[in-house]
Order: sequence, then structure tokens, then C-alpha cells
Amino acid sequence: MGIQESGRVRNEPSPGNFSVSGMAKGAGPPLIEVCGLAKSFGQVPAVVDVDFEVGEGELFGFLGPNGAGKTTIINMLTGLARPDAGSIRIAGIDCSLDPKAAQHLVGIVPDESNLYPELTGFDNLCFCGALYGMKKKAREARARDLLKEFGLSEAAGRKFGGYSKGMKRRLTIAAGIIHEPRILFLDEPTTGIDVSGARQIRRVVSDLHGGGTTIFLTTHYIEEAERLCDRIAFIVSGRIIRTDTVERLIEPVLERHVMHIAFSRRVPELDKKLASAFPRIECCVQGEGLVRIEADEPVRVGPIVRFFEEQGVEVTEARRMRPSLEDVFVRITGIEAEAMRKEKEKMGGGV
Amino acid sequence: MREWIAFWNILVKDMRAYYLKPPNISWGLIFPLAWTGMFFVKSGGEVSSVMSLLPGVVTLSILFGTTSMLAVTVTFEKRNRSFERLLLAPISLELLMLAKTSGAIAFGVANAFVPIVMGAFLADLSGVAWPSVVPAVVLIAVASAFLGLFIAVSVSEVFEAQTFSNFFRFPMIFLCGLFFPIEKLPTFLKPLSYMLPLTYGADILHGAFSGSSVLPPVADFGLLLLFCLLLFIVSLKNVRTRWIL
Ligand SMILES: Nc1ncnc2c1ncn2[C@@H]1O[C@H](COP(=O)(O)OP(=O)(O)OP(=O)(O)O)[C@@H](O)[C@H]1O
Ligand SMILES: [Mg+2]
Repeated sequence: MGIQESGRVRNEPSPGNFSVSGMAKGAGPPLIEVCGLAKSFGQVPAVVDVDFEVGEGELFGFLGPNGAGKTTIINMLTGLARPDAGSIRIAGIDCSLDPKAAQHLVGIVPDESNLYPELTGFDNLCFCGALYGMKKKAREARARDLLKEFGLSEAAGRKFGGYSKGMKRRLTIAAGIIHEPRILFLDEPTTGIDVSGARQIRRVVSDLHGGGTTIFLTTHYIEEAERLCDRIAFIVSGRIIRTDTVERLIEPVLERHVMHIAFSRRVPELDKKLASAFPRIECCVQGEGLVRIEADEPVRVGPIVRFFEEQGVEVTEARRMRPSLEDVFVRITGIEAEAMRKEKEKMGGGV
Repeated sequence: MREWIAFWNILVKDMRAYYLKPPNISWGLIFPLAWTGMFFVKSGGEVSSVMSLLPGVVTLSILFGTTSMLAVTVTFEKRNRSFERLLLAPISLELLMLAKTSGAIAFGVANAFVPIVMGAFLADLSGVAWPSVVPAVVLIAVASAFLGLFIAVSVSEVFEAQTFSNFFRFPMIFLCGLFFPIEKLPTFLKPLSYMLPLTYGADILHGAFSGSSVLPPVADFGLLLLFCLLLFIVSLKNVRTRWIL
């Protein structure tokens, strides 16, 4: 898994990645400022010289594959891990010196649902509210509201240990926002959740964002990042490769023409053969019977179908694709989004 | 104020989730009862032996009650990652650990009074120096709870915590002068006895029950306090270095 050095996107001037001006439109002054952050576990460099800023009210996303360092960065920002180097400021408070100093401002939804299995849903929420100093009446009222909002009122009196995976995830998110934090960290909120559950969670995230909460989200689902985030950082092997708004990231590929060709059986050295037959296109074999073709001008289907017929292979489908953030991600990182998703699903995830 | 709301709720949650569960309550009762019964039967139930046995049985009940609890409230929660919630809450690590140990301390103190109540049926306890028994019981519970904390944060699995605490607990039965005086131990073991906190707790109790203490109460209390402080500081340091990576 390497990082492609070529790619038009990479050569685009990067408009002040980490300056306030690089933030999304409407974002306030920086609420999270990270500079030169680094962390190794023994010989493994988990995070390497990472800089970024998140403006007040912004929804900022970290998009990267397994082991990219997303969770490690969240842990350092929230005080669960100690950076080897670099500085962290949250709401102007220097957290590198005292990781506890800003904890009252943030809410955290970890990658695993880690509430108390022996407590009920309602008690779990009330307990989390109490951890942030909420008074009894206030936390009970808020817990009831959240249970209703997350469709868990029926299960409020049941033990968390007996909840389904999706219910656990929803309650964990509710627990992260019970104290109405100014900043919310969401570590892969929809991993392992079914389609409707994931949609519901995204709606909640959008609503929170609409309400002015600053959100830092990590995900490996490109569509999720594209749909939700104001700004995205691509992170691979502990390094941020590119940070920008979704519009600016996607701009260079909007002019591209992309087509997926499905065919009946494997062709040896297909990419080389295609490249020599069609020098103006870029192709990428994506599996046994699928090739992705990209070009600066519209791709004509006829010659391509004929090419395959000459190889003794039947084209079963040719589909024009709308260029997406996925194309940008693949170009910049060299990582196939599909591979990233499958890897995660193997580990028990899946949207 | 915010921190104290968190403190109180951590304590109440542990009590409800772990301590006040029937298995723990029965364990808290049966264990001291069994110890007390065993020793009294062996000694023939004489009044003088009740007075000499009670300090040891009380100390043991506290020790086993508190240390087993910390393996659950700390190691188990660390294992299933719910402990991260506490580390992420805006509450100082000192107060958090006090909240986690307070339940165990209260549980230990309650355990201590099981053999005392039983002893009251067998012997006349009116001559006991209660003003030093009560603080001694509390301090022994604090020292045991902090020993349990030290063990709980040094391991990552609950079974390891149990094994590791037995490594401390069983030798302490013999080394801390619970049932026979430290003077009777082989010379090479005596320094070890004085390096264990329960020695001082048991000494205060022996003094209070039968007037047979080795050190003056002030020294015992002072040293016991010192052990509590030391164990707490080392445990906090362990949490900071081992759990906040
Ligand atoms: N406690 C740890 N001990 C040793 N190595 C660790 C530890 N935590 C993380 N790492 C390593 O640091 C790197 C980054 O891990 P991290 O969990 O931050 O990745 P991630 O982007 O969150 O991945 P995922 O999408 O799988 O959650 C990985 O190589 C991982 O093996
Ligand atoms: Mg992660």
C-alpha cells in the first residue's frame, strides 16, 4: 500500500492547509490547534508530525485506513495518550502541559461502545452526565430527552449489556453529548451499524453541527466524510497527506471522465494492453472482472468493447461514473476505497 | 462542586453495580464468619483467646474484602474500557482514584464489624479501647484498599489481579503478627514484617483488645498513614505511566 506520488490532485496548489483561511466557510476562530504532533509505540510510528486546526462550529473529518493513526490522535487530543512531541491547544488552553485542562469542554464517542454493561441505558446516561458535574434533575431530564431522540426510550430500563450493537452505538453517542459539549470527538461513529442506523447517526451528527457544536470525526467511509464534513484531512501511516474543504478537494476531478467496465473473465496484463491500445486513458484494474477507466475527455464505449472482444472477452457492463471524493482519495493516497471498506468489514464493521 | 458530583456518583455507581450485589454481600459476610468460626472453634472459645484472635480476624476480613473488590472496580473496568470514561472526565486523577477506592474502604470497614459483632456474643468487649479500634479499622481498610489499587493498576487481567493479590495476602497472614507475635518469627523474616502495612494495623488492634501492642499507638498510626500515602502515590504514578500511554 503505497502513496502515489503522481496524480493531478497532489500537484494542485494547496490553499493554506492549516491556516484559518483554509477552514470551511462560516467556521469561527480555531478551537482546536495542533502543531507538530508525533507519537510512537516502541518502534512503530503511529503519528508523524501532524498539524491541523479546527474552527469553531466546523465539522472536521479524518479519513484514513486501518492503523492510520486516527484513534491515536483523538486519544492525544482528549488526554488518553501522551504525545511524544508537538503542541495541542483546545479553546486556547494548552493541553500539552495539562491534558485535563480542557476535558470539561469536550465530549467523546470512542471507537468501541464502552458504557457499563450492568447499568441500564438511563442509568448509564445519568452517570455520564454526573461525571461532567451535571445535577440530578438536569441530567435525568436530558437523559430522557436523548433516549427519546435516539429511539431508545423503550429500552431505557434495560441493561446496556443486553443491547444490540446498533443500540449500543446510539447510546454511546448519546452519552458523549449528554453534557452538551462545545467540541465533540466521534471515532468511527457508524462502523458496524446497519444502513438505517448509520443514517440516523449521520442525521444526529448533522443536527449537532447545525446547532453549532464543533465536531471532529474519524471515518474510513469516504461517502460519510463527503456527506458530513466541511473539511477533510486524508491520513495515511500517521501523516496528513492533504487537508481541504470537500469542494476544493473534489474540484480537480470534476472535469475527469470515469467509466467502470465489467467483463466476463480475467485478461492477463490487462492494464498494459489497455494502456498501449488507448494511450490517452488511465486505467486501473479493480478486480477479476472490473476495470476503471479515466480520461480528460469523454470515453467512447465502442472501441473499448471491441478491444475486449479482440481479447476474447465479453463486456457485461459499461457504466459512466460521477467523479467523487473517492477518486480524489484513491489518487492522493493510492489506497482503494473498496479495499479499505472490506478490511474494516472483516473486522466487524460495515455500513 | 462539579468534581464532587462526579466523585459521589462514581462511588454510588460502584456500590450499586458491584458492592451491594448479593454475591458480594454474602461473600462479605460469609468470609469473615468462616474465619471467625474457624479460629474460635480451634481455640475452644475461651474469652482470652477471643480477645487475642479478634484483631487478626478483623484485619483479615478487611484485607480480603477490599483487595478483591478493587480487582473488579478497577481492573475489570480497565479491561472492558469503561474506565476510559473516568479518565476522560473532568475530574482529577487523585479524586477519581479516591472515588474508586472509597467504596472498597467502606466495604472493608463493614466487613470488619462482622467478626466484632460475633465476638461480642462470645466475650465481654466492654474493656476494648474503641477510640483506637475505629480509626485503626478505617486506616487498615484504607491501606488494604490502596494495596488493592496498587495491584489492580499493575496488571491487565482480573485473574492476574486475583493471583497477584494472593501473592501479598497469604504471606501477610503469617508475617503481620495477626495470630502470633512477630517476635516468634525467624529473625530473617522480621524485617519483612515491618515492611508490611498490616503489621502496624494489627498492632494497634492487639493493643486495643488485649493491651499487648509492640509499638506505641502514635508510631503505629503514623507508619500506617505513611504506607497509605505511599501506596496511593505509587498507584497514581502507575496509572499515569501505564494507562495514559
Ligand atoms: N497501545 C498501542 N500499542 C502499540 N501500538 C499501538 C497502540 N495503539 C496504536 N498502535 C499502533 O499505532 C498505529 C495507529 O493506530 P490507530 O489505532 O491510531 O489507527 P486508526 O487509524 O485509529 O485505525 P482503525 O481505523 O483501525 O481504528 C497502528 O500501527 C497501531 O498498531
Ligand atoms: Mg481507530
